[in-house]
Amino acid sequence: MNSDFIQRELLGISAVWWREFKVFWREKSRIVSSFVQPMMWLFLFGSGIGASISVGDVNYRDYIYPGILTMSVIFGSVFFGLYIIWDRKLDVLKAVLIAPVTRISIFFGKVIGGCTDVLMQVLILFAFSFLFPSVNPWGIPLALLILLITSIALVSLGLALGSLLESLEGFQVISSFLIFPLFFLSGALFPVDERLPSWLQAMVKINPLSYTVDGVRGALLGIHTYPFYIDLGIITLFAGTMLALGSILFSRMK
Amino acid sequence: MAIIEIRSLTKTFGKIQAVRGIDLTIEKGEIFGLLGPNGAGKTTTIGMLCTIVRPTSGQCIIAGFDIAKHPTQVRRKVGIVFQDPTLDTILTGRENLQLHARLYGIPSSVRNLWIEEMLELVDLRERADDLTKTYSGGMKRRLELARGLLHRPAVLFLDEPTLGLDPQTRARTWEYIRKMAQKEETTVVLTTHYMEEAEAMCNRIGIIDAGRIIALDTPENMIDTMGGDIVAIAAPEPPLDKIRSLPYVSQVKKAGDTIEITMKSAHLHLAELLSLIPAIISVEMRKPTLSDVFIKLTGRDIQVDAIENGESWVDSIARYRQRGK
Repeated sequence: MNSDFIQRELLGISAVWWREFKVFWREKSRIVSSFVQPMMWLFLFGSGIGASISVGDVNYRDYIYPGILTMSVIFGSVFFGLYIIWDRKLDVLKAVLIAPVTRISIFFGKVIGGCTDVLMQVLILFAFSFLFPSVNPWGIPLALLILLITSIALVSLGLALGSLLESLEGFQVISSFLIFPLFFLSGALFPVDERLPSWLQAMVKINPLSYTVDGVRGALLGIHTYPFYIDLGIITLFAGTMLALGSILFSRMK
Repeated sequence: MAIIEIRSLTKTFGKIQAVRGIDLTIEKGEIFGLLGPNGAGKTTTIGMLCTIVRPTSGQCIIAGFDIAKHPTQVRRKVGIVFQDPTLDTILTGRENLQLHARLYGIPSSVRNLWIEEMLELVDLRERADDLTKTYSGGMKRRLELARGLLHRPAVLFLDEPTLGLDPQTRARTWEYIRKMAQKEETTVVLTTHYMEEAEAMCNRIGIIDAGRIIALDTPENMIDTMGGDIVAIAAPEPPLDKIRSLPYVSQVKKAGDTIEITMKSAHLHLAELLSLIPAIISVEMRKPTLSDVFIKLTGRDIQVDAIENGESWVDSIARYRQRGK
């Protein structure tokens, strides 16, 4: 019974993942916009501010490249998770939830599906890393690993919130009070050092995504505050917590 | 052989007792209709049988598995078509079936074969690779039927399978249901508002009202309990007592200028009956239908319910479309 059970659950997970992958490729406009927005941050915002500012001997546009990668992961992951509010409204999820597959497996299928989408977007951005002269291409695999773990955490967070929320109205609230603060307080756009007011320093320190930005920046630019094992440790802990929280809330979802 | 055995099944939502103790046995291969007014507990009952709703008390065995103790095994044995469409509109028809096949653990060696068979059965092969959002209402329903049967369930539950479809599409949908039930020897449990359709389709019918089954029989036997044919006569002063005393008359009802007489073998006794009533304006004779049984038992007209329900369904479609824009 056991190996049959595991096999069925794995097939279930792969089914949900397969569906998300199909949907990702079908919605071309989503792929395009997920690429255009970070590029605008880098070239319109980054070049603008970079005209008068540089960080150490790295120009500002290169400096925020790791931050914008993280931003892509934050928005892509959380919104992917929150999308189940929409799926539930349109009853798309109903047929999946009554299948003879445990809720946990459906949840994991969704998480893997979401991470795949987000990683594809990140890979597109990495393909353009040659436009940023300070970026060390050998750091990309480590950066990718850090972003993957972060994506696991945030897709789980999005699914957890999506399981709780009944309506799309909550979407705006989450966007304003969760996603934007997480992004701005991660050090994605500015260096975190003693020049910052102490309240801001404290808020950046308790934001787990600061360690993503620190790790990715360390891998790609060699600039970081913490050693990699600290960065990796904290975001892995964050991902584990979110996976647990998400699977509990998703299992209880009506 | 019994495929579904329900014993004292109940469901309470807060203070509301939606299902108040149902006992029912459904045989393998039956097409069983569960009829009842809105809010009678039909959808809740089906929900419990499909393991979506957890029963408050009671027991139910489907295909040898207890719905409370082995929900996963039960889920493998049943197929469901919901009242509202639940297709993945961003996938094609074939992809919807592929997703379902994987979720239900259909081995990859037969997956495509079974999918082709089902597409063939519901005449959707030519449109199989189009996105389901381009399908008509009838096509969506057919694909959902195909999906419900794809994993070869022992029991197929259909909750209002023809609600919101035009009469022609409804007739075709029933044809498919009958064809599929025969081919796969599937037991079908359905709810519907359309009495003529229930009468034509079902081997047996259970009428549910206020959370209880109040009648359970074949449609023919149910109609027989009405006590014969119905004759409606419009006349200003009918001699009601005289009519009631006739041996073959079982019931007389007066509504305004019209009296409705239920009588045995109306074709033999009609002449005598009419000779007793002065100044007849009109006479109408008909066989009773399941609707009459339903009104007699529940005191409500299910067709009126259907219209109300139909409207709300149309409303929800309108809202759905607006949201899509």
